[in-house]
Amino acid sequence: MLKSVLLLAAASIAVSAASARTITVKPGADAQERLQTALIDAKPGDRVQLKAGRYALADGLSLDIANVTVAGAGPARTILDFTGQKGEGEGLLITSGNVLVRDLAVENPKGNGIKSKGSDGISFVNVRVEWTGGPKSTNGAYGVYPVSSQHVLIDNVLVKGASDAGIYVGQSQQIIVRNSRATGNVAGIEIENSYFADVHDNVATGNTGGILVFDLPNLPQQAGHSIRLFHNQVIANNHPNFAGAGNIVASVPSGTGIMVMANRDVHVIDNDIRDNGGNAVLIVAYPNKFTDKNYNPLPRAIAVRGNRYVGNGTRPAFPGGAQIAAAMGGTLPPVMWDGVTGYMVPGGAAATADGGILVNDGPMVNLNLKMQGATPTAARPELAMSFAMVTLPEPEAIVLPAAQEARAKAR
Amino acid sequence: MKRAVALFALLIGAAPVPQVDGARLLADDAAPVLSAYHLFTDNGGRVPALGMTRYTLNTPLFSDYAEKFRYVWLPVGRAAKYTDKGVLEFPIGTTIVKSFAYPADFRVPDAKVRLIETRLLVRRATGWVPISYVWNDAQTEAVLKRVGARVAVAFIDAAGAAQQIDYAVPNVNQCKQCHQQGNDATPIGPTAANLNGGLDGHGESQLATWAAQGLLAGLPANPPRLARWDDPATPVADRARAYLEVNCGHCHSPAGFASNSGLYLQHDEPDPEHQGIGKRPVAAGRGSGGLSFAIAPGDPDASILLHRMESSEPGVMMPQFGRTVTHAKGVALVRAYIAGMK
Repeated sequence: MLKSVLLLAAASIAVSAASARTITVKPGADAQERLQTALIDAKPGDRVQLKAGRYALADGLSLDIANVTVAGAGPARTILDFTGQKGEGEGLLITSGNVLVRDLAVENPKGNGIKSKGSDGISFVNVRVEWTGGPKSTNGAYGVYPVSSQHVLIDNVLVKGASDAGIYVGQSQQIIVRNSRATGNVAGIEIENSYFADVHDNVATGNTGGILVFDLPNLPQQAGHSIRLFHNQVIANNHPNFAGAGNIVASVPSGTGIMVMANRDVHVIDNDIRDNGGNAVLIVAYPNKFTDKNYNPLPRAIAVRGNRYVGNGTRPAFPGGAQIAAAMGGTLPPVMWDGVTGYMVPGGAAATADGGILVNDGPMVNLNLKMQGATPTAARPELAMSFAMVTLPEPEAIVLPAAQEARAKAR
Repeated sequence: MKRAVALFALLIGAAPVPQVDGARLLADDAAPVLSAYHLFTDNGGRVPALGMTRYTLNTPLFSDYAEKFRYVWLPVGRAAKYTDKGVLEFPIGTTIVKSFAYPADFRVPDAKVRLIETRLLVRRATGWVPISYVWNDAQTEAVLKRVGARVAVAFIDAAGAAQQIDYAVPNVNQCKQCHQQGNDATPIGPTAANLNGGLDGHGESQLATWAAQGLLAGLPANPPRLARWDDPATPVADRARAYLEVNCGHCHSPAGFASNSGLYLQHDEPDPEHQGIGKRPVAAGRGSGGLSFAIAPGDPDASILLHRMESSEPGVMMPQFGRTVTHAKGVALVRAYIAGMK
């Protein structure tokens, strides 16, 4: 058995230019073993080419070889089907660097779709991750999930049905998420505890919340900063929240377009944000108690400008939302800030925000909650119109290594 | 193969002394069959060769109730160096051997024992390398298996009930996933603290035995000791934290695969929140089970950590692999630990 598998693998290795090889895998019997064998046998520079078809997979797959391309025949044609998954927390796990995953789909993984951990140079291009039964709390958490990674490219990816975030980038640096689509997830796109990210030209629609930028305490990488969200279409994210309670996204109100929690230097620029029933843009402090002395729960130096708002704020779903809308003339203003500007350092003194909230479009309602942890019932909503003349220096554009971009553009 | 060995013996006129083939262990390519290393003197992998030292751990990893036979082989004349934290510093060439087996009936544990797989960790110059072998049905040969396998296992458990397990042999990436600390793979079990107890729980500490045999250098007078998870004379919290370290701490450590969770389950982790107490989930997704804290003190049923130990559903269960069924006694221990917290 083993020998025949090895022979088969050897037979399908075609030597191409220089030393890089293409290892071809076909669907069919023993797909699990043949595909995993290819992912283990691959050498740096190799391409694992998955022929069109549906691969029935009973266990998660993993890749730990650097500089490998895993490619299918297109996200409608090469389908890694994890409906019968018996083990592992991901469909495909990548723990090596300079990896490109392209032109394939992952369906119904029991946990996350495709995860990379600790990868330097990880690209997802023309990939679909979908839970085909629609949005359900029993769906896996994340569709595309790079974490603790650097030089992350997510381009032309579609994620549907994740019970947490469709596209989730956590504790990573140097990130581009572009030309992608997230729909029917709790969070469409989420950038968490990350540095230097450009999220642009994406469509987030039909999620509970469209695009989130969060920072959480007690983690190896925190104090997220330098993130630009621009040219995105954030439309009708009104799906009821179906995340498991306890997860941070379970607190995202249905009807949220863009939400920034904690973080510094986040710029929300030139997006089309429409038909979200709650806040088009929501800016808040981390609301829970925390014990981490190094954590800053406040959003600081947040700029919101040049966005186009249409039809938002008509059906706020969060507690007190209807009253705030009523006080503002029946509809929520496009931007809402909780107005938290101070917090207590655990075991220490009070601290204040080291950068303002600058909204040039708006208008914005400020809830004036002042101190982190204040109960929402203490809100004193106030319309703030006075920020129009100043803004903040914009974080620099993210430039990924040229080789990474070139490889992503090649077929 | 057997004939060749016999012929060789004839030629030199005497049976060769069975000896572990240290050079074969250090070769770049893994041998296709386990017997190539001569780690055992019999075909069935039951009789360890000269120089193979069997050891046991105070608190072992739960692996679907499999019995484990652990050995360490050190190159002749070499010793491991003592270290307080982490695994002992073994010299290049060291091989750790672990066989997973099921008796047909756990009420008669020594009879009809079926070996499923034998895993090696070999310390080469470049670092520790995992190599796995799966036993054939005849129990006469174990064959290299790099991509994992599922093996149907049936046994009668200690209570007399028939059990069926879809036993999962890990693939080489899964080996690394658990054994990775930072950039290096490393053994998990043989730390000073976990070896600081008698073989099979009896007699003098294995550390002292190893030191006396010249296998361990630099042993201090009072090495740390990890609690035995099943020792009723030890406080529940010590037993539970030992259990969590061994079953979860290889990933849930600052340098492990689950570093990004911020949940660190070493028995001596000082920060309560990193231990999970009052800690909110980060990327648990539906694994949280709708609960808010990894450990809700005094409330096991509100604790995500216990919820995920009790589950055997992929995407929810922890560990993510290495078991397919729930460890009832482990769950009971951690339940008691959380219930006893204020």
